[in-house]
Amino acid sequence: MSTVFIAFQTNETSRMIVEAITDDNPEAVVNEQPAMVKVDAPGTLTVHRATVEDKLGRSFDLQELHVHLITLSGHIDESDDEFTLSWNAN
Amino acid sequence: MTMTSEPTPAAKKKLGLKERYALMTRGLDWETTYQPMEKVFPYATYEGIKIHDWDAWQDPFRLTMDAYWKYQAEKEQKLYAIMDAFAQNNGHLGLTDARYLNSLKLFLTGVSPLEYMAHRGFAHVGRAMPGVGARVACQMQSLDELRHAQTQIHSMSNYNKLYDGFHSWRHMHDRVWYLSVPKSFFDDAITAGPFEFMIAIGFSFEYVLTNLLFVPFISGAAYNGDMGAMAFGFSAQSDESRHMTLGLEAIKFMLEQDPDNLPIVQRWIDKWFWRGYRVLTLVAMMLDYMLPKKVMSWKEAWEIYAEENGGALFADLARYGIRPPLGWQQACDDKEHLSHQAWSTFYQYQGAAPFHTWVPSPEDMAWEAEKYPNTFDQYYRPRFEYWAEQEAAGTRFNNATLPQLCQVCQIPMLFTEPGDPTRICYRESEYDGETYHTCSDGCQAIFDHEPEKYVQAWLPVHQIYQGHCFGPDADPTSPDFNPLLEVIKWYRMDVGTDNAPYEGSRDQENFQAWKAMQTKN
Ligand SMILES: [Fe+2]
Ligand SMILES: [Fe+2]
Repeated sequence: MSTVFIAFQTNETSRMIVEAITDDNPEAVVNEQPAMVKVDAPGTLTVHRATVEDKLGRSFDLQELHVHLITLSGHIDESDDEFTLSWNAN
Repeated sequence: MTMTSEPTPAAKKKLGLKERYALMTRGLDWETTYQPMEKVFPYATYEGIKIHDWDAWQDPFRLTMDAYWKYQAEKEQKLYAIMDAFAQNNGHLGLTDARYLNSLKLFLTGVSPLEYMAHRGFAHVGRAMPGVGARVACQMQSLDELRHAQTQIHSMSNYNKLYDGFHSWRHMHDRVWYLSVPKSFFDDAITAGPFEFMIAIGFSFEYVLTNLLFVPFISGAAYNGDMGAMAFGFSAQSDESRHMTLGLEAIKFMLEQDPDNLPIVQRWIDKWFWRGYRVLTLVAMMLDYMLPKKVMSWKEAWEIYAEENGGALFADLARYGIRPPLGWQQACDDKEHLSHQAWSTFYQYQGAAPFHTWVPSPEDMAWEAEKYPNTFDQYYRPRFEYWAEQEAAGTRFNNATLPQLCQVCQIPMLFTEPGDPTRICYRESEYDGETYHTCSDGCQAIFDHEPEKYVQAWLPVHQIYQGHCFGPDADPTSPDFNPLLEVIKWYRMDVGTDNAPYEGSRDQENFQAWKAMQTKN
């Protein structure tokens, strides 16, 4: 199965985003590197706005991801509530 | 004065992301009447790509212009706060070692001017695309690329106050032998048609290759204490996610619009994968040799970002009939050799490069051997150890013979035959009664398909031999005329400082002296 990934700059917001991702995507693997954190997942990975808001204790617009993002892979499907990465050929 | 307040209408329902995107990117254009559409968009059809429905274009991020400005402003504020703090606190003295700076000199002369060309390229391509969704996405990328050029120049200008080799990057980019490699890469892309440019830069470079440049190298900058480069690199890379997505969208869009597009797109993928991969030779060497504290090897980076991620990408695109690029397997095999062959070349031509080189220390060679158990000790260690002995004996090896260059990628003929790392690879093609030389099957195939384009290449070594690379005050008739020295002067290198070996350089001396001053009064 192909891996999708998303990587963020290390900071306090991305720490919460990554916690939200690992809560919602049990197969996700967190890989810390200097100044950045990369999350790999088999096939698909979803960021749920509600979980991130829960972690941050404030409202969160998924487009705020752009400020912390470093890179990603996979097809993107984004709505107001979910941001999903996936490959079609699994 | 009194205000009569109307009863507020029920709060308007907030539009969803998909509706906002549709509103901001559709219906913004019109069918022209004074001029036919083909005249308004003259480049839209000549490459043979057939588009039937531009409205099928989707930006998966659904970023609209207002949100774009908001988040970009936020990124800039964060970035400049870090850069200011770094400069205000003598951040350069927190670097692991002044050797690190040489990777930045390479970056500033080789990569930053490409950011500016990307800005121009996407502005041009956006204008040439008849569909609004694609135009908006290209416009955003064009603005991003201008921002990348500016922030890189700002960040690295702090080093120019203190260290050698940062002063004439723009002048050098148009002249220096190895800088013609990245320069000609982008010139090649920007002189192609708009759809080819999208595959060249948007897809092949941004999606398949750019992670290799920005992610491990910038993480390495952070690891080596360079908060300035870390900040501009990650800030640029945050735009990159959008660029990669644009590249992927562009290729899917072309393939879904018409089956006739497939062979054209496949040929472009083959070509531009190889062109981009050749440019990354410089990055391989930066990761393995130029970072004092190494974050990951080129081989490891290639495995993660090319083999694993690119593999997933091409598996996914297989449903359109796309296969991995022609040179893919060779690039995977060469991961064991690339950085060692590149660094050996720069070491030999130290006198003609405005950054410092060195023989890897015994500890560094131990790292290379551990990361490259199949090749380093066998093929490359003996060479470096020999050069170390030569240096110790006061007879450093400097190659005074100019190398032959590949007609396509413009890299000196330094790559070896597939499967035989002891023989240099040469390929020859005939065109119009002349012989042209290329470095590999990949570059030869590119040349053979478009010889009319590549015979025009401005090859630095040829130009030097033809006498085009001297300043106006050089006098080739004088008895003590030194052609190589005159070329270096024409490059605007400060002879003896910019192009000196690291050992004994002014950068090395100053860095050590300033570090010592940090803890004394
Ligand atoms: Fe860029
Ligand atoms: Fe080549």
